[in-house]
Amino acid sequence: MDRLIAKTPSDGLLPLTVGSVTLSEEDAGVIHSISPFKDQRKAVSDAMKATHEMTYPAANRMTGKAGARAIWFGYSQAMLMGVEPDVSLSKHAAIVDQSDAWTVVRLQGDGAEDVLARLVPVDMRSTHFKRGHTARTLLFHMTASISRVGDNAFLIMVFRSMAETLVHDLKRAMEGVAARG
Amino acid sequence: MRVAGKGLIDRTETVPFVFDGVGYEGFRGDTLASALLANGIRLMGRSFKYHRPRGVLTAGSEEPNALVTVGTGARQDPNVRATMQEIYPGLDARSQNRWPSLSFDLMGVNDLAAPFLGAGFYYKTFMWPKSFWEKVYEPVIRRAAGLGALSGEDNADKCESAYAFCDLLVIGAGPAGLMAALVAARAGADVILADENARMGGRLLAETYEVDGKPGHAWVDEVLTELRSMENVRLMARTTVAGAYDQGTYAALERVLHHTDHRPHGAPLETYWRIVAKRSVLAAGALERPVAFRDNDRPGIMIAGAVRAYLNRWGVSPGRNVTIFGNTNDIHRTARDLLDAGVHVAAVIDSRHDAPLSDDYEVIRGAQVSGSAGRKGLESITVRRASGEQSIQTDCLAMTGGWNPSVHLTCHMNARPAWQRDIEAFVPTPGAVPGMAAAGACNGAFSTAACLREGIAAAEACLTDLDLKALKTTAPLAEDAPYQISPLWAVPGKGRAWLDFQNDVTVKDVKQAATENFRSVEHMKRYTTQGMATDQGKNSNVAALAILADATGRGIPETGTTTFRPPYSPMAIAALGAGAEGAGFKPERFTTSHKATAARKAPVIEAGLWYRPSYIPREGETTWRQSCDREVNMVRQVVGVVDVSTLGKIDIQGADAGAFLDFVYTNMFSTLKVGRARYGLMLREDGFVMDDGTTARLDETHYLMTTTTAGAGDVMKHLEFVHQGLRQDLDVSFTSVTEQWAQFAVAGPKSRELLNGVLDTPIDDESWPFMACGSVSVLGVQGRLFRISFSGEHAYEIAVPARYGASLFDILAERAEALGGGLYGMEALNVLRIEKGFITHAEIHGRTTAYDIGMGRMVSQKKDCIGKTMSQRPGLEEPGRERLVGLKPIGESRELLAGAHLYKEEAEPVRVNNQGYLTSVCYSPTLGTMLGLGFLADGPERYGEVVKMVDHLRGVTTLCEVVNPVFFDPEGGRVRG
Repeated sequence: MDRLIAKTPSDGLLPLTVGSVTLSEEDAGVIHSISPFKDQRKAVSDAMKATHEMTYPAANRMTGKAGARAIWFGYSQAMLMGVEPDVSLSKHAAIVDQSDAWTVVRLQGDGAEDVLARLVPVDMRSTHFKRGHTARTLLFHMTASISRVGDNAFLIMVFRSMAETLVHDLKRAMEGVAARG
Repeated sequence: MRVAGKGLIDRTETVPFVFDGVGYEGFRGDTLASALLANGIRLMGRSFKYHRPRGVLTAGSEEPNALVTVGTGARQDPNVRATMQEIYPGLDARSQNRWPSLSFDLMGVNDLAAPFLGAGFYYKTFMWPKSFWEKVYEPVIRRAAGLGALSGEDNADKCESAYAFCDLLVIGAGPAGLMAALVAARAGADVILADENARMGGRLLAETYEVDGKPGHAWVDEVLTELRSMENVRLMARTTVAGAYDQGTYAALERVLHHTDHRPHGAPLETYWRIVAKRSVLAAGALERPVAFRDNDRPGIMIAGAVRAYLNRWGVSPGRNVTIFGNTNDIHRTARDLLDAGVHVAAVIDSRHDAPLSDDYEVIRGAQVSGSAGRKGLESITVRRASGEQSIQTDCLAMTGGWNPSVHLTCHMNARPAWQRDIEAFVPTPGAVPGMAAAGACNGAFSTAACLREGIAAAEACLTDLDLKALKTTAPLAEDAPYQISPLWAVPGKGRAWLDFQNDVTVKDVKQAATENFRSVEHMKRYTTQGMATDQGKNSNVAALAILADATGRGIPETGTTTFRPPYSPMAIAALGAGAEGAGFKPERFTTSHKATAARKAPVIEAGLWYRPSYIPREGETTWRQSCDREVNMVRQVVGVVDVSTLGKIDIQGADAGAFLDFVYTNMFSTLKVGRARYGLMLREDGFVMDDGTTARLDETHYLMTTTTAGAGDVMKHLEFVHQGLRQDLDVSFTSVTEQWAQFAVAGPKSRELLNGVLDTPIDDESWPFMACGSVSVLGVQGRLFRISFSGEHAYEIAVPARYGASLFDILAERAEALGGGLYGMEALNVLRIEKGFITHAEIHGRTTAYDIGMGRMVSQKKDCIGKTMSQRPGLEEPGRERLVGLKPIGESRELLAGAHLYKEEAEPVRVNNQGYLTSVCYSPTLGTMLGLGFLADGPERYGEVVKMVDHLRGVTTLCEVVNPVFFDPEGGRVRG
């Protein structure tokens, strides 16, 4: 009998290293959006704290740690990544499976900030955009979610369908940065 | 002529380059202009209109004359200023706007016709016949007058764009800018120092003054060394800050590779920076202005400051026997520098009666240069004084009419500069650009000491704003000579005295404009074209308006300036659009099935940002129609599969989800049963149709809305707006799941047979009737199934998480083919829906109401909804409105064309008789005829009537019968299986 075979969004496109920067696909595990119902934000946060040991993130912030984190994702929405949301959350929030909806990549290496400076209209320098910070912003022409997950590492998310454009745009920026030495 | 012992260039390294096919040598650090002057080349270009021979006038980015084309083939780069182009081994530059050669230019004949070609000539002469302008006059004029040209080929050199952020942006690295950057950096501010030159230092590299007891350039090196050692400082050389915009945003262009022919892989030729700065200091310096006198454009006549720059920075004297003319003490500085370097100074002509005298050179006081002579270069000048005229032999005239502060950036947000009488120049208006302070020469402070002091003061003020504490800094010791100027704009006399060298505008042209009542400076500018060349009048604006002021009897401040606009200096479109060429033009969205259809050589069409297969050709098919007809028949007779993942999918949850949907849709959704889907129509606030689609109820408080592909983003935005702006009382939330699910339509009589092969629990009519929906297990994977149809056939849409999309598509395709069906594309999808009279955005194009598309009754009378009240406005339901109908060709012509208009059969097909138009057409293989959907006045009341379709553009007339838009299976029996 036929069997359905899973493919990742960046299948066949990554990893890619240019100069000192590497772009690789990140296995983020399950991803669910958490959208608190009316007046339920604190209740959601408490439930997350109790079951997942992280609070509902404030705007432009990320909670949790590698393997299980919550990333602020815009007005009244956060992405819980790496863990199945506890059933207790669904009382207080709309929980929607997004595991297949996003291309998740990691940009890492000396010069990663310079690469992002070619594409992102937000100050991504470590003095300003620290570990645990996140932004919904543009990556060239795409809307993206960008979070700092290390001294020189960023987690970038764009629509699944835009994986090729993401790699195209990042590659070009990586080459531009690498060529300057 | 190279001068021994002078200059800051590296004389140990010679650099070969080519100009107009001839090889020359310069030194590392030379610009093309300095290297050509060193080789005795004075003639560097031809003027725009009269093709007059021209030499280099300046030593900076304001250069109007010495424009060259660099490189050949696809890389050909026109209108490069020789004063900014650094030489490198292999540089190949060519002069422009001449034929056959620079020294012998046949178009120079224009100059003889000059008496007829003055300001406004074109406007007056080429008025009629009207059609001649575009077809005859303009092409001829454009060919004769011009600059360099692009190659027309695709340049492989790429540009990039980038963002930078800082506390303080310092624009210009002369004494004021360096000092400001140093003070701010020492206080810990994040500093970007940008300068358009390859080497920072500004006028300190061009003058012989000492700073802090050492040569100016040595002080510059010390400051730069300190700045380079600081982590909070970013030095951006070869970077022109070109524009000032809102909220501390500045545009800047970095010329990354123009100084070399080395092209590392991926390296940008230029980088277009957007710099966001909390504060900025403008230290852009000043531009020296020429004096207008007869034939002041002869090669060899230059700006005095440029003569000193060539001498002191590049070790080049532009002449062997130099004369100097002007109205400030700068002319004496020029004379001293030249004499110190061993260059002969023939005479200094100072227009001021009280000018200082000198023992070392002849000073002619209270005199003016009234003309020049020489073939293709300066040979002599005429000096006029009260006692009469005298001719002086000279090969270089250094002239100055004073300095104009570079106020440009302070005016980019619509401020105007202020006239400062004592320096006869415009200075920035404080606060003109929020957060920007001007310092140094651009602020009217012309001595080195004043520049240093202002740099410190500006930085300190910015630091206070930034809550940073400045360390105590005293200005280094430097010259502080007063600036003494008396106005000198134009020397009266016959002949042509040039103001705008680049656009060939003379003093006479400006006066003529005033005479013809173009007295406003903006009108004068457009009438004469003064200031409209690529130098944007940097060398001529102030002089031109001074002459206009004089001619109109007003003062200079009352006359005012024209508008300064970005960019400060010319910028390639390639840099502005960096990265957006080719695949970078816009994001490309691919479905999970894209590779499978691409492998079948399916052409794609764009739907929003998505790429969807147009049709999927099979062997032997040579036209799209063959494929499309086959695919339509396949769906009608067997089964077809198409990827519909691109349609917007919005997950809607919350206690008030049903109530919310009732509010945004015209029809009811709160009454929809769980496990059922319903077609919904959505109006904009103005009452016109916004979008349509089906919405399924997955659970009591959980719905899934689908939108059109192109409308997905707008609908999501609309829902958020309605919720956040109008109905915050409702507890509901929206999440786009378009990308989460790969969804395929399976349509045709054998659709269920195909599906039951992949569903772990088979379905039948009872368990899954028309418009049923719910969860299913698809080959072991949790999916969703909807029994909905956009083809009128027994059809389903099956969804699985996107990771399985490609795999499921392959399986469905293979099995559909085994059943005698297969894949279909957008063309067939379109034919199928037209046959059924289903609408798309071709029909709901933004100007049609629910009533117009025959869905007036879908606007529920039981409740209110967005757009309902506005849809009942007078006129929107009145007789005569164009409403949706079907059209079938019945006459000799069988052709229907979308976009064609409809007329009564007997009416003349002219605008006033227009009755409607066609929105969608197709050839229906099912019915063997073309079909059309369109809007016709009172259409549904005219079934059976014959109307005339006329396509004026393509010259087609077809008689059509007006019919019900549902051409096929009007009873809808097929969809129920």
